[in-house]
Amino acid sequence: MRDVSHLNITIDKTIVDYIEECLQKEQPESYLIAVLHKVQEMYGYLSNDNMYQVAHLLGVPTSTVYGVATFYHFFRLKPKGKYSISVCLGTACFVKGADLVLQAFKNELGIDVGETTSDGLFSIDNTRCLGVCALAPVVTINGQVFANVTPNQVPEILNKIKAKSNKTE
Amino acid sequence: MNILNVVIDDKEIQVPEGTTIMQAADKIGSHVPRLCYHPILSTEGACRICIVEVEGMNNFTTSCNTKIQEGMKIKTNSTALMQARRDLVELLLDNHPRACLTCDRNGNCELQNLAYKLGVRDRLFAGVRKRIPIERDNIAIVRDAEKCILCYRCVRVCSEVQGIANLSQLYRGFNTVVAPAFEAKMDDSVCIMCGQCINVCPTGALEEKSHTEQVLAALNDPTKHVVVQTAPAIRVTIAEGWYDEVGINATGKTVEALRRLGFDAVFDTNFGADLTIIEESNEFLSRLEKGENLPILTSCSPGWINFMEHFYPEFIPNASTCKSPMQMTSTLIKTYYAQQKGLDPKDIYVVAIMPCIAKKYEASRPEHFSEEGYPYTDAVLTTRELIWMIKAMGIDFKNLPQNSEFDDPLGESTGAAVIFGTTGGVMEATLRTAYFKLTGKKPKELEYTEVRAVEGLKEASIEIDGKTINVAVANGLSNAKAILDKVKSGEKQYHIIELMACPGGCVAGGGQPLPNASEYVYPLDSDMIKKRQAALYQIDKEEQVRVSAENQSIKKLYKNFLKKPGSEIAHKLLHTHYSEKYPRGVK
Repeated sequence: MRDVSHLNITIDKTIVDYIEECLQKEQPESYLIAVLHKVQEMYGYLSNDNMYQVAHLLGVPTSTVYGVATFYHFFRLKPKGKYSISVCLGTACFVKGADLVLQAFKNELGIDVGETTSDGLFSIDNTRCLGVCALAPVVTINGQVFANVTPNQVPEILNKIKAKSNKTE
Repeated sequence: MNILNVVIDDKEIQVPEGTTIMQAADKIGSHVPRLCYHPILSTEGACRICIVEVEGMNNFTTSCNTKIQEGMKIKTNSTALMQARRDLVELLLDNHPRACLTCDRNGNCELQNLAYKLGVRDRLFAGVRKRIPIERDNIAIVRDAEKCILCYRCVRVCSEVQGIANLSQLYRGFNTVVAPAFEAKMDDSVCIMCGQCINVCPTGALEEKSHTEQVLAALNDPTKHVVVQTAPAIRVTIAEGWYDEVGINATGKTVEALRRLGFDAVFDTNFGADLTIIEESNEFLSRLEKGENLPILTSCSPGWINFMEHFYPEFIPNASTCKSPMQMTSTLIKTYYAQQKGLDPKDIYVVAIMPCIAKKYEASRPEHFSEEGYPYTDAVLTTRELIWMIKAMGIDFKNLPQNSEFDDPLGESTGAAVIFGTTGGVMEATLRTAYFKLTGKKPKELEYTEVRAVEGLKEASIEIDGKTINVAVANGLSNAKAILDKVKSGEKQYHIIELMACPGGCVAGGGQPLPNASEYVYPLDSDMIKKRQAALYQIDKEEQVRVSAENQSIKKLYKNFLKKPGSEIAHKLLHTHYSEKYPRGVK
């Protein structure tokens, strides 16, 4: 057991237990990515505080943890929005203008890929091929599929979701 | 071990198995250009500049991380290689600010030098350049990530030599940046400001925060009485600003240069070092008697103190409460000296010339301010900054007289003080005085060579007056880590541990002169460090008085001002305290 008496542990116990398990193995630091996956699965993203705790619990420098978290696109450093927008950038979607669609979402929302709007409503993610290339360019928002999307349709898509969100509140 | 035959640049040589192409080429005098490579660090292979041609291979291969195989035929230079290396450097330059003329490293930059050597005369590529604001908030280090060429020497020195790993490569591809975790400012990171990242940086991406402007302003202010003190280690390195030779003792010339710069009094931090020994050995002997808070940990190295506060705060009760020699000297300048001179301490401006970056931070610690709210040390200049200032003022250092002496009353020192500048020196000095105090006699053999820790970590058992004193010396913080972990687990027990943040001690501090970028010498080169250390030991050897307890000015200081070691006033002026710092480092 590593001495972490100085640490205020708020991260879920299942993760602490998993790290404890990793520490029994050879080269525990090689489980860093696996641990980060579990944290993201549970919290939806990697908060600085959680990364700091993982670093101390696993015995990996905090800068290394952050280096790994920023290297892999899979890891999110900010919480996802209520509506998570995924623009497929697979080959088929890309040649049919998915990059322009993505740009339209970015412009419309004023955020970049991996970021969340300040009201917490929308976030944008990068997605690789979804396997529905016939519908290219394809966008999914919280699992709902939008086919043959053009940049012009983006404001309308967003407005509909906003309206829906207002109604449910 | 197998011996392999290899042909490099048409020369046949034999090398042991495991030798890299670069090492073999070095042996026959073929210097392969290189950038990210550093002999004391792991091999990164990031810059690709050190490519060579190997017969039978389709592509150029990097010589730093390719091992020799039997029968290899290698060319380290050809027009094709030169063109390829030139392209690589041009691509680096394309993403680099055009700021050479105003850069602190102008004239001594490895990238600039390489661009010149490889014949890059035009900048043919013009792509997007990364834009990252300069971070100037930290009191000791300026981080200009636009000048970073991603060689990762700083990342490696921070983790491999210092065991801190504050810096890491973040993000990927074009967006890669070297920064602390969470892209925090250096101030909000576990940086201990040792400055070793500055020492190994091939460009100006990491530099010390300059204090020269405020010092020049103070020198120009007629209402200020400007006093300077010089650290033990700077006297054997400052000459490197003018001479190729390493290990010249330039004490007299330095004193003379400082006087010509206009300082009203030139004192010696060595005086403070002798005083530290008196106070610290007194503290040690009283702890030894009571059997409490042992081992005592030395407190002279501010980088080590920062490390302790961020990584090992559980050892705070063990740290000596003695201020560092710099702070002791500064405090006495604004109290004892001010009183003698009839000066208001507020009118005194104290400048310390240090081999160190962390000293800039140390001077700013609130513990080192007087009750009236002024700092005891007003500014800290590194050896590099002083060299610049002497050159800027047109002082011909080479032709200065060699025999100028420090001023009284804080100018006298013993041989025990000067060796503070090298690893093991504080220990040796402490042992000399401890022997003196325990036996009332001068030690017969003054040199405790067993504590001179050239290899980073050393332990010894010393017999004094029938008592066995177990000591350990560590330099480079990964060695400090190793020793503290053993003490914590109970595997080892010591009475005294000397800890220095920088590898080899202050002679290789973060503020020391960098070798000429056009020579094949690296910052932190072990021969260079050894020569600097040898120069300090030579000064010690030549001193008449080599035991701190026999410093006459210090005897007078106690008689007239401090009363006795550990007295109430000595405690008030010469001792300090430490506190746990956040974020905590992962150890």
